[in-house]
Amino acid sequence: MSAFLSQFINLLAAILLLLAFAMLSQRRILSLIHLFTLQGATLAVSTAVVGYATAQPHLYFSAVLTLLLKVILIPLLLHRVIDRLNVRWDLETLINIPTTQLAGIVLVMFAFYLAQPIAQISATIARGTLGIALASVLLSFMMMITRSKAVPQVIGFLAMENGLFFAATAATYGMPMVVELGIALDVLVGILILGVFLFHIREQFDSLDIRHLEKLKED
Amino acid sequence: MNAPGLFSQLLEVLIALALAPLLTGWVNQCRAWLLNKSAPPLTQPYRKLHKLFHKELVLAEHASSLYRAVPYLVFGCMALACAIIPTLSTDLPLSPAADAVALVGLFALARVFQSLAAMDVGTAFGTLGARREMLIGFLAEPALLMVLFSASLLSRSTSLTTLVDLFAHRELAIYPSLAFAGVAFTLVSLAENARIPVDNPATHLELTMVHEALLLEYSGRHLALLEWAASLKLFAYSCAGLALFFPWGIADARTPQAMLLALPLLAAKLTLGGALLALLETASAKMRIFRVPEFLGSAFLLAVIGMLVNILLGV
Repeated sequence: MSAFLSQFINLLAAILLLLAFAMLSQRRILSLIHLFTLQGATLAVSTAVVGYATAQPHLYFSAVLTLLLKVILIPLLLHRVIDRLNVRWDLETLINIPTTQLAGIVLVMFAFYLAQPIAQISATIARGTLGIALASVLLSFMMMITRSKAVPQVIGFLAMENGLFFAATAATYGMPMVVELGIALDVLVGILILGVFLFHIREQFDSLDIRHLEKLKED
Repeated sequence: MNAPGLFSQLLEVLIALALAPLLTGWVNQCRAWLLNKSAPPLTQPYRKLHKLFHKELVLAEHASSLYRAVPYLVFGCMALACAIIPTLSTDLPLSPAADAVALVGLFALARVFQSLAAMDVGTAFGTLGARREMLIGFLAEPALLMVLFSASLLSRSTSLTTLVDLFAHRELAIYPSLAFAGVAFTLVSLAENARIPVDNPATHLELTMVHEALLLEYSGRHLALLEWAASLKLFAYSCAGLALFFPWGIADARTPQAMLLALPLLAAKLTLGGALLALLETASAKMRIFRVPEFLGSAFLLAVIGMLVNILLGV
């Protein structure tokens, strides 16, 4: 039974990585939000399964919190933001996607190599997935770097937090409840502030392209 | 070579030859339903083959002997591919002759000769189609090889029958690397079988077609053989996918009577798979030819990640 559960957790981890890759190569903002929602749902399920497999009831709370926040509330907020900004069907101009993907695979190898020795000394049920969690953090980070519009950057930030959360569950069965609640609230407040920020960027420059922010003064 | 093995091998080839047009017909029927059109009957591909076999053969003036030989060669390649993929039983006398790598080679052989034949008569569309076909092919083959390798890493053998034997007759286990390989395999088989995101099998607009452009100059029994070969390719890919990812119910050497159950199971799996293929096709739009490298590039990367995950998790 426990072998089966551990395989199931590995499968969920693989799906998380798959979704991180899909987000990296996605052009449409709306599909990005859908992928982010799916990632949140996978995260909630995997947290609950780790909680069940190791009989740690506090992980159920984290799972429910993830479900409420990352599957329902934040995607709703994001949908409202892109509706109000009218960027629902926006296509993003990116540096060429195959190059990004190739760089992504190098990141995945790096993360796996890095996580190997840590996984060997760890004794948790999901120890093998630490490398995957690290890889999805790095992939989301790269997504933030390569995007030129503000909304995908916000989504990249949120996806990075997903990866970190998964790393915490995989390596140490989750953080203490206080820390977890704190991070959850931080993310929520962060997205609210970023939402306001997005409107301001738009008002100032008539576009959400963050390259406008590189200039220090108006010419 | 024993009698049951020979029997199962023959049965497999015969079933592939007989059922392949039916699978194509079923996919076309599902597509028509989803597009809200009145569907052609399931037997439409058979009627088409019958009609083409009885039509007169018209050859281009400058066609060489290569052009005339290619339909038989392509058909032979596809029939052999169907013979080495375990669909009903893993007790196949032919399977030691060709492993997963040779299977990819068989598909490549058929592709090269079909493209040469399309260029042979010297029409513009044939050459255009041949070039596009080679572009798609050289991107799809490494991805397909990687998918087969990530499965081979689990079974420690590139032989398809060993692979199916291992997957079908073990206790239930989930391999995360196969999730990646499955997605990659779906992308590759869409591209290889000239399905919608890459090529439209129903199009007759010369500027966009790839696979149809290769057949443009063929007629009569040559065209019939090539159409049949295309159905066989779809059948072979579907069966390879089923063998790799859903191998339950395939009989092995010890229990030849399990083939009685394997046949209806195969039919059920193919029915479901065909409906899913039609759904996938109607849900997506055909992409520009210059997007295809990106599409197949992601397939390759996913397959590579599948292998990496396999090494990381150490199953």
